[in-house]
Amino acid sequence: MGFGIGVSSPGMGPRGIIEQFSGGDNQRGAAFNRRVVVRLLAYLKPYKRPMLLACLAMLVVSGLTLLTPYLLKEAVDQYISQGDRAGLAHISLLTAAAFAGLYLATAGQQYLLAWVGQRVLANLRSALFRHLQQLSLGYHDTHIVGVTVSRVMNDVATINELLSQGIITLLGDTLILVGIVVIMLTMSPRLALLTFIVLPLMLGVTMWFSSRARVAFRETRTRVARVVGDLAEDIAGVRVIQAFGQEDSTQERFTQVNEANRDAHINAMTLSFIFLPAIEFLGVLSTAIVLWFGGRAVAADEITLGVLVAFLSYVTRFFQPVQELSRLYTTMQSAMAGGEQVLKLLDSPPEVQDQPEAGEMPQISGRVSLDHVSFRYRPDLPEVLHDVNLMIEPGQTVALVGPTGAGKTSIGNLIARFYDVSAGMVAIDGIDVRTVTQQSLHRQIGLVPQDSFLFSGSIAENIRFGRPQASDAEVEEAARLANAHDFIIAKPDGYQTRVLEGAANLSVGQRQLVCIARAILTNPRILILDEATSNVDSMTESLIQGALRKLLQGRTAVVIAHRLSTIRSADLICVVQDGQIVEQGNHDELLERGGAYRALYQRQFSG
Amino acid sequence: MQRISSENRPSTSPSQAQILWRCFGYLRPHWKITAGAYLMMVLIDAVAMINPQLIGWAIDHGLEADSASSTGSLTLAVGALLVLVLVKGLFTYFQGRWTEVASQNVAYDLRNELQRKITQLSFSFHDQSEAGDLLSRTIQDVERIRFLTGRAMFRVIEGSLLMLVTAVVMIVMNPLLGLMALLALPLLVVQSISFGRVFRPLSVVIQKQLATVTTRVEQNLRGARVVKTFAQEEAEIERFEAENRRWFDLSATAARLQAVNMPRLHLIANLSSVVILWYGGTLVINGQLTLGELVAFTTYMAQLVSPVRFLGMILPAISMAAASAERIFEILDTVPEVHEEPGAPELLERLAAEKRVCRGHIRFENVAFSYGRHASILKDITFDALPDQVVALLGPTGSGKTTVVNLIPRFYDPSAGRITLDGVDIREVTLNSLRAQIGIVLQETTLFAASIRENITFGRPDATQEEIEAAARDAQAHEFILQTQKGYDTPVGERGITLSGGQKQRIAIARALLTDPRILILDDATSSVDSETEHLIQLALERVMQARTTFVIAHRLSTVQRADLILVLDKGRIVASGKHADLLTASPLYQNIYNQQLKRGKG
Ligand SMILES: Nc1ncnc2c1ncn2[C@@H]1O[C@H](COP(=O)(O)OP(=O)(O)OP(=O)(O)O)[C@@H](O)[C@H]1O
Ligand SMILES: Nc1ncnc2c1ncn2[C@@H]1O[C@H](COP(=O)(O)OP(=O)(O)OP(=O)(O)O)[C@@H](O)[C@H]1O
Ligand SMILES: [Mg+2]
Ligand SMILES: [Mg+2]
Repeated sequence: MGFGIGVSSPGMGPRGIIEQFSGGDNQRGAAFNRRVVVRLLAYLKPYKRPMLLACLAMLVVSGLTLLTPYLLKEAVDQYISQGDRAGLAHISLLTAAAFAGLYLATAGQQYLLAWVGQRVLANLRSALFRHLQQLSLGYHDTHIVGVTVSRVMNDVATINELLSQGIITLLGDTLILVGIVVIMLTMSPRLALLTFIVLPLMLGVTMWFSSRARVAFRETRTRVARVVGDLAEDIAGVRVIQAFGQEDSTQERFTQVNEANRDAHINAMTLSFIFLPAIEFLGVLSTAIVLWFGGRAVAADEITLGVLVAFLSYVTRFFQPVQELSRLYTTMQSAMAGGEQVLKLLDSPPEVQDQPEAGEMPQISGRVSLDHVSFRYRPDLPEVLHDVNLMIEPGQTVALVGPTGAGKTSIGNLIARFYDVSAGMVAIDGIDVRTVTQQSLHRQIGLVPQDSFLFSGSIAENIRFGRPQASDAEVEEAARLANAHDFIIAKPDGYQTRVLEGAANLSVGQRQLVCIARAILTNPRILILDEATSNVDSMTESLIQGALRKLLQGRTAVVIAHRLSTIRSADLICVVQDGQIVEQGNHDELLERGGAYRALYQRQFSG
Repeated sequence: MQRISSENRPSTSPSQAQILWRCFGYLRPHWKITAGAYLMMVLIDAVAMINPQLIGWAIDHGLEADSASSTGSLTLAVGALLVLVLVKGLFTYFQGRWTEVASQNVAYDLRNELQRKITQLSFSFHDQSEAGDLLSRTIQDVERIRFLTGRAMFRVIEGSLLMLVTAVVMIVMNPLLGLMALLALPLLVVQSISFGRVFRPLSVVIQKQLATVTTRVEQNLRGARVVKTFAQEEAEIERFEAENRRWFDLSATAARLQAVNMPRLHLIANLSSVVILWYGGTLVINGQLTLGELVAFTTYMAQLVSPVRFLGMILPAISMAAASAERIFEILDTVPEVHEEPGAPELLERLAAEKRVCRGHIRFENVAFSYGRHASILKDITFDALPDQVVALLGPTGSGKTTVVNLIPRFYDPSAGRITLDGVDIREVTLNSLRAQIGIVLQETTLFAASIRENITFGRPDATQEEIEAAARDAQAHEFILQTQKGYDTPVGERGITLSGGQKQRIAIARALLTDPRILILDDATSSVDSETEHLIQLALERVMQARTTFVIAHRLSTVQRADLILVLDKGRIVASGKHADLLTASPLYQNIYNQQLKRGKG
């Protein structure tokens, strides 16, 4: 009944949590979904043999569990009351042997199940991870990282519980239950039926509890998710919180969600504290019934004392599987919800997909053309690019300038085929980018994104990201070209300096330099620099440009920048406005034309 | 440096008892219900002791044929059984609820304290810490403490008590048989302890490995664009599978240990009950024991061993809770590097005492600074920013511009020298009163996953729609906001993912402007904004700048050249300062920058 969140689920965004849990809410009441179960069961297929073995062990366990009280009865009836010492010793040995067998079978069963469960868990996670690698950026725009992480880590774990333990428990407990019923009936039908009187009561109480508990425990999960979400936001925005002196207001908000969480948990647990005594009462009630009626029967010599003793012990055992099964029902509900979510993720098709007959992109020489391209990020969002035409010759450096939000980044995204165009065509060397595999395309394109993301790990690892086999010398060379070498070696650990979370220990410009080095190292045929030096001073920038010019000889480059000095020497400058290219030409031509570019230029250099 | 060590300290650390003691200290405010719960526990145990006696007694006295007294005894026993279980149920309810209330309150208090601390700890702490780690301390680690102060402790005490009493009762009933039953105890304890000794470290490793797997997934998703750009999907899969595989191997080992442990405990308990059956049966045959007593004995036997099994699970949980507590207290005990002097006055009060108002005169006097063990980042920074001036900072990447301005709101404290605001050392006033005078647009735009409106009003939740729009207009954000789907109510997505770079920055500028600060700091706040828009923002700022001191960091000269004071930084030193015209002649570095951006452009 702890928190339904894995031991480490860093970086959960609040919306994500809410979505995750409201996602779960949609599954309300669906305690059993054939389709989900069938699909999930398929993951057990490769492990038929261990599962069968576990089933066998389970049969042994159930049999022995049923046998031991019977042996007890025999001991009392046949030997103790008859004064048969040798027989008593004999049956004691037999019981001991039964317990030893029980030990072996239980251990075997548990091990096999846990092994298969863990295996399936690992396999499912791999499958999800693989699938995530195929999903396009559109997926990441609309899904919170924390939620997806929790799909892969937590939801999968709930399924596992059901798949491995659940099925066997279900079988085993049902078997034991049936067995006990049969044995009780054969030993003394009257006493047995009397015992079963309690059963409907038990069922009623359990059902009442399950329905209440489902609501109450779902509430606790939502509440704790809010706590996590709220705190995650506070941590992510802690610098802003302090800068704006909002510590108190965030504390107030947190106290509220924290309080709601506490109360939800107390409520849910209180239910349990009603349920448990109620079940215990019913258990004792049936013991009392057995004792009273059985006692009368023994007195009347209708049954033996041994039967009574065995009955008392069967009655206690009878309620264990009943409780197990009702617990299983709750597990099943969350597993179903988790399963649905996992399958949904597995089934979500990548928006950008390799065509079945897609071939490898041949060595790119660098002609890029956008032919009447229109684009929107999602069908329900407004169009951001309208009928864009652009022709880049191999070896050209093309600059995209224009107001913020005009669509420059979006054009870069389309050339690298992170998204597919809504209309028109993007072609490289005359080949429609949709007809080649994404990997073969990406391998030849280097992109420095506008937000410089670095992984946590050493600086060297980050630079090496696109080419893990690169030698130290190559890494250093790339860093030099990007003008990052000097600052890196000035750090106490040089290239082995750890990049902290959010790259907090690098200045923003330094992060950009590392990103540039990372792109250079892969030696791309087409380089896209999206504001790659916006936070870098112009001296450093011009050094980088000098280095790049040599490097880019014969290669195509797309440069997006606001600082016009960055792009002045470009072969072609395109002014993007409101999702359209409104002017094209080189620096001088555009100045002469006296249009948008000139206005931008004068603004910047009017100093 | 307030580095958090991620390693668990050795559990033998002398303070483990103290740590646990401190945890229980959190129960103090709830001592009444805690005491109540323990009282209930004693009552419950008393009832538990009577039950087997009743059954045994019923078998011995209630089964004689035909005698009316036997039926009477039977009815009496059965009735007593039912009454007792009802009473016990009542006790169980209160005991459970009170324990729960107390322990949930402990968790509640701890989480509040942690959140408070986390939002108060300085930037240097957050530079080093990881969000996932802080989250897991506040959620999972606190949960372990809750378990410890609630059910765990309860079960330990209850279990020990029950075992003790059961043992005594058994020995009193039949010393020899009782002692034989107790023989199982040492075996159970040995098994539990040896299991815990192997399993506990293993489970710590498994948790760590699971965290590693989680981090892999998380990093992969955060860097999805980078992974795609570099076509590293296969390599990422390989890396993931390696970690995933390692997790599986560890878990399989743990599964083997676990699969054997519980059944083994059961086996020990079961075998000793067989011994009781055999020996007790012999005694019954000899007439030294009644059958009813034997049955009662086996029931006690079950009672005796069940806590042991439970303790086997709970003892590792307790030492895990101790480790968790350590992680929690580590944060709670961290003194923020930047903290107020006790009894520090509010800035405005302090100024009012001298009959002054805040004018925004910032003065750096020989300030030096370094991040932890790093070499000195700032050296001997001295300058005066007079009220209402615009001060620009310029210099190469990594020269320390951000570091300089971060010292003004005391995000970090200088290691030498001092900073004054209107002549008052900023360390002498409260943090909030200082920061209330300062509006800052951080270099790295951080938006909250909320609506645009909530983001803009973050520093002033009570702002009116007119004020919000005015700030947005000044930041040149109003127009594009209106074009979004729901205007000011459009959600911005995780970290503003669905906005373009310049759009995010303009929202951050509006957020700072709305607080109408005396001192405004713009740290590369328009780097992703085109010059035209930037110019409009500047015009708007100039309108409002008259009444405030402004610090501007920018790489575009057009942004900085009209400043009243330009500070040129290089490698953490001010290498030149003055106005644009002065610097053009006085500073070669400035000249270079100028040439780079302007002269060549004109040529
Ligand atoms: N992932 C996304 N999902 C939905 N809308 C988006 C997404 N990314 C950008 N947009 C919207 O598309 C439009 C164009 O954005 P884009 O990032 O291409 O602009 P930009 O020219 O690069 O601007 P800037 O100079 O500010 O970076 C903007 O209105 C933006 O809000
Ligand atoms: N939290 C930190 N921990 C350790 N070192 C840091 C930290 N923040 C910055 N540094 C280092 O301090 C130096 C100055 O960084 P700062 O951010 O002040 O530079 P900057 O002048 O603002 O650069 P940019 O123009 O790139 O933003 C850099 O070398 C940087 O690597
Ligand atoms: Mg952009
Ligand atoms: Mg900076």
